[in-house]
Order: sequence, then C-alpha cells, then structure tokens
Amino acid sequence: MNMMSEAAVEKALEQKMSDVSHKMIGKDVSVYYGEKRALFDVNLNVRENTVTALIGPSGCGKSTFLRCLNRMNDTIENCRVTGKITLDTDDIYDKEIDVVELRARVGMVFQKPNPFPKSIYENIAYGPRIHGLARNKADMDQVVEASLQRAGLWSEVKDRLHESGTGLSGGQQQRLCIARAVAVSPEVILMDEPCSALDPIATAKVEELIHELRANYTIVIVTHSMQQAARVSQRTAMFHLGQLVEENDTDKMFTNPDDQRTQDYIMGRFG
Amino acid sequence: MNTSILLLILALIGIASYLAGTRRAVALAGGRSSDMHSRPGYYGSYVLIWALLPAALVLALWLAISPLLVNSAVRSEFPEEVRAQPQASQSLAYGMVSTIARGLQVLTPEEREQVTAGTADVRPLLASRGVAIAGDPEPYMMEAAQTLNGLSATSRFGMIATVLAVAIGGLLLAYRRIAPRFRARNQVEKVILGALVVASSIAILTTVGIVFSMLSEAIQFFTMVPASEFFFGTVWDPRFAAAGAADSAGQFGLIPLLAGTLYIGAVAMAVAVPVGLFSAIYMAEYASPRFRSVAKPLLEVLAGIPTIVYGFFALTTVGPFLRDISAQINELATGNYQNFIQAQSVITAGFVMGIMLIPYVSSLSDDIITAVPRALRDGSLGLGATKSETIKRVVLPAALPGIVGAILMTASRAIGETMIVVLAAGVAARMQFDPFEPMTTVTVKIVSQLTGDLEFTSPQTLVAFALGITLFTITLCLNIYALYIVRKYREQYE
Repeated sequence: MNMMSEAAVEKALEQKMSDVSHKMIGKDVSVYYGEKRALFDVNLNVRENTVTALIGPSGCGKSTFLRCLNRMNDTIENCRVTGKITLDTDDIYDKEIDVVELRARVGMVFQKPNPFPKSIYENIAYGPRIHGLARNKADMDQVVEASLQRAGLWSEVKDRLHESGTGLSGGQQQRLCIARAVAVSPEVILMDEPCSALDPIATAKVEELIHELRANYTIVIVTHSMQQAARVSQRTAMFHLGQLVEENDTDKMFTNPDDQRTQDYIMGRFG
Repeated sequence: MNTSILLLILALIGIASYLAGTRRAVALAGGRSSDMHSRPGYYGSYVLIWALLPAALVLALWLAISPLLVNSAVRSEFPEEVRAQPQASQSLAYGMVSTIARGLQVLTPEEREQVTAGTADVRPLLASRGVAIAGDPEPYMMEAAQTLNGLSATSRFGMIATVLAVAIGGLLLAYRRIAPRFRARNQVEKVILGALVVASSIAILTTVGIVFSMLSEAIQFFTMVPASEFFFGTVWDPRFAAAGAADSAGQFGLIPLLAGTLYIGAVAMAVAVPVGLFSAIYMAEYASPRFRSVAKPLLEVLAGIPTIVYGFFALTTVGPFLRDISAQINELATGNYQNFIQAQSVITAGFVMGIMLIPYVSSLSDDIITAVPRALRDGSLGLGATKSETIKRVVLPAALPGIVGAILMTASRAIGETMIVVLAAGVAARMQFDPFEPMTTVTVKIVSQLTGDLEFTSPQTLVAFALGITLFTITLCLNIYALYIVRKYREQYE
C-alpha cells in the first residue's frame, strides 16, 4: 500500500478495495534508450488475477513499461532501466534474479503472432521442454493438450498437431502463442497489442480468451483500442509522453476520469 | 581523319543534339512546361539517343566488317601460285603485305615513288623508320600493299561519311518528332531498359559461350578416348609421349582425380564449416556492435587474399610443421624419428583450404542468421529460454536451410580451388585413403595438361576440356541445389 500515492490510497479505501493484493509493483521506473529517456518515474502496481490495460498514444512508453516487467528490454542494446519492480516480493532487477526464471514466471505474447517454424505440438512443448516441466511423453502430451484447451484452440488443431504452426490463420497463430505462454505455467502474462494484427472475429476470440485466463493468471495488456481496454480490463493505466497520467478502475476511467488528458484521449481529441 | 577524331565529332554532335532537343521542347512549351508530356531534359536525351546510338552501331559494325572485306579483296589479287599455297602461308604473306602497307604510309612522297618504281630497296628503308619486315618483299606484295592502302582509305572515308550521315539524320528525325504530346520520357526509359537487358545478357551469353567452347573440345576428346574409360577409369597416366602414336595413348581415368578433389574438399569443409559457423553465430548473436564492426571486415579480408598466398602458407609453414610434428609424435610413440605426414599431403591442403573458406561460410551464414526475424528470438526469450537455447532450438533450425545453401556454395568453391592444392597436396594422381599422403585434384591436372607447348589435337591436351566440363557440371549442380534450398527457405517468412 505504501507504494501507492496518497490519492490512490484514498481511492482504494473509498472503493473498499483495501484487500486487493498486488502481484507486481513498479516504483519510480525510468527507462533510457541511450541518451533518450522513454519513461519518467512510473509508479504502477499490477493487481493479482486482474486484467490491467495500458493505453496511450503511440510512443507514450506503455510497451516499454510492459517490457520492463519481464526484462525483455535487456535484449535491446543501450537500454537502461532504473527504479524498482517487484514480483511478489522479489526485486526483478536484483543481481541475484535469474532472468530466465523470471521470464518463465512472467510470460509474454507479442504484437505480431510469432509461432516458431515448428509443428504446433513443438511450439507448445518448447517452453516445458527447456524448463523440464514434463517427465515423459505422456506428461508432455497432457501439457500440450491442457495449454491448447486453455487457449481455446484444442478443438481446432487436435487433428493436426504435427503440422507447422506457421500454417495456421493469424488469429489461430496468436492463440497458439498464448497457449505457448500458458504452457510454462506463468503467474503473469504480458500482452503487447495482441490483437493489432488480427481481424475482428479473431480479436473477439482472443478477448474472450483473455477474459477466461484472468481466473488463473494476472494479465497486463497494451492496447491501442479503447473499446478493447474497456471490454477486457478491470484496471486501466493511461500513459502520455513517458509518464503515467492516471491509473484507475476501468469503469471509472471510461466514464469519469480524474485527469483531463485521459478524458481528451478517450474522447479522441488527441493521440 | 582517324577514328578518335570521328568519336570526338560524334560527342560534339551528341552535346549539340541534347541542347537542341531541350531548347526546342522549352520553345514549344512556351514557358508552360506542364503542357509538354515530359520534362525538357527527356526530349534532349531522346534526340541525343537518336543521334548517337544508330551512328555508334554503324561505326562498330563498319570497324568489324571492313577489315574482313579488305582482306579478302587484297588476297584475291594475289598471284595464282600464292593462292595455291596452304592457308597458313597465305596468312603469312598477307601479314607481310599489311606491314608494308603500314610502312608505305610512314614514308615521304618521294621515297614512296622510289620504292614503288623499284629504284630503292624497301626493307632497309622501312627498317630505318621502325617498320620491320620479315623478308625481302616480292613484287606482287608491293602492288597488294598499295591496293590495301587504297581500299583502307576508301573504307575509312565511306565510314566517316556514313556515320556522320546517320548521326545527323537521326538527330534531324528525332528533332522533328518533338511535339507537346510526344512521350519522350517513355521512349528514353525504354532505351535505358534495353541497356540494362544487354548488360545482363552479356554475363549469361558468356557463360553459354564458355560451356560451348569446352563442349566442342570435350566431344573431340571423347571421339579419341571412350567416355566409359574416362569416367570410370581408375588410372590417371596421360603420358606425354609423341602424340598420335598408338602406344602412347595413355590412360585417362577420372576417378583418382575426382577422389582427390572430393577428399581434399571434404577435409577443407570439415575445417571451414564448424569454425565458420561458430564465428557466424558469435558475430550475429553475441558480439557487440563495436566488435562486430571491426571483426567482420577483418574476417572478410581473409576472403580477399589470393589463393596462391594461402599456397605459400601451406608450402612453407603448415606442411613442414605437420611433417615435423608427426616425426616427433612418432619418436615419442615408437622411438623412431620418422614423419608419417608428408609435407605435401591431403591434410595440409585441406586444412589451408579450410582456412580460406572460413570467411565464405561465416559471412554467408551470418547474413542468414541475422535475417531470422527478431520476433522469433523474442518469442523464445519471452518463454524463459536462455540465449544459447534460443539459438540452438529456434534460430539455427529456422536458418538451417539457408546455412546448408551457404555450405553447398562454399563446397563448390572448394572443388574449384587450384593453387593451394598444387602447392600443398602435390600433383601425384593417386587413389588412396591416407590423409597424410599427397593426392591431387581435377583442377591441378587441368593446369598441368594445358601448360607448355600445346597442340589441340592430342587427347593429352583435350582431356583438360573433358575435366573442365565435368567440374563445371559438378559445381553447377551444387550451386543450383544450393539456390533451390535458399529459395525454399525464403518462402517461410514472406
């Protein structure tokens, strides 16, 4: 609680949500790409078993923040992160933390579906295999089936598990990527504009899936679509020019935001 | 007036035509250049093309054909007994005639008169002017030389007149075509397209030409030596005895050479592929941009070193080193200081060739590994895979077809390599499987069959063409297969 600003604490008390638990806590997170500063002291907490949507105009830092949560920014040259992010009680930027283990706990789904050029089965089995999550073939079969079930893809692909994952349609590929992330049993799933490359029908399926996944996972989703944020999330955070403008319940955010800039953005006056 | 002055005039005509075309276009537009179909420069270029291109073609044709016509005209004036001689001595006579003709032009008019009247001795006179004649000219040669000079002069005059006429005609024709709706830009673009097509077909036609030149000689070889003896023979012993003698036919077995080629190539690939591939992986995935910007060009410098230099390296350093170290190992093992690796051996040549091939493998593989989409890497890293797991399980499998293509292309280089083998593996055509003994390759034997005084009638020399075409076929097949694999790989992402 003490991580949150006073105003936010008041809000939380007001709404009698003092019992919420925070899965991830970001404190004074700043990101630099070389000389350029992309994020300015962002304080944002992610609640457990909740879908948190990050919205804001292009280049506002929402994807950058998302990629801080599983240290994917480490793969970018010249990228530097300051501040503190914790997952449960572990500081994820601590030297003791194994990035590989962190990413197993905080999975990620990307903007463009990126199935490996392997079979559907192998795509799902990839994560469990490198983390040794299955002891034998039967075990692995079960993990693959369960993951595909969770991603709502099982009935569509169960007869062609050994065909290439790249042969699926865009929406199926994205759900395959979600299934792949689910297969390593993460605690948090990060989604970076997961529907931006999909048609409306595939988008609806993925959104439905996000809704169901919430029961078991904590989800953070970056989206450009206001409607999508309103549909799938319970909490919404608005970014602008590298700063966190406002973080609030989604219902409140879209009806009566505290910040004028949020209002303007949601009404489509800029961005 | 000689050809270079003609070219100068043509250049001037070109400039003038460009300016005239541009001017006229501007004048026709009357200041509103939007009324014209194309920008004025295109009209200028159009006139320029019409003025120069046909003229240049005529010039080139004339220069190619007129010497042939003059040649046959002069020869037809040779006396009967000369024309009855074989072709070779006729050519000799014609050569002398043309030298005299050249000499006559150097002389002053008085001297020329004396010479043609027979009052002065031609040979010392011309020699004093720097024109040497092989022997004393016969009288008919003097006449022929004068005819030759006359014909050449006529031809040159005709050429200059025709070329200039064509140039000016083209200029005027194109100039008159300029009109507001005339699509000069499209016409100029067509000419540029044509130039590009010609440039690319030159390479293709050359390849076809090379194949056919080898093919005809190779076919001649196969009329003397049966194809089955060549392709399946296990003894290479061409015997440089007097050509044509029945007992000196020799044996032309391809197998020992092919075995040597493949053996040395295999050793080279065994060195080049792991080293090159690992360095490519390091360069593409791990190296910092600064290190990469220094190391990659350095590695590629290796590719620029002439192979003969690698040959020296093999001959003076690697070969003796391997020989000495083998002797020492032998002494330690058996107490007998006797080398078991020859200074010239399969392993020496293969090792040095492998070093030569490292930059090919690494540079090509590096490009292919870098081309694997970043999204795939991110996907794997995002699942908690380490960098090496990502490379091993995602990047390399995705890049594998491309890498195989790169390796096949490298293999075709290994097969075609000559100089390293000559110096490092020797020239002994032997069938054996000991990597520490000398062996030789197809390319080396092509060189040795074609060195020295040649007569392209004996199987001893013609066999080189058969070897060449065999090698060409092998490398062509390898390259086609490599391209096929690379293309298949590309389809995966696009």
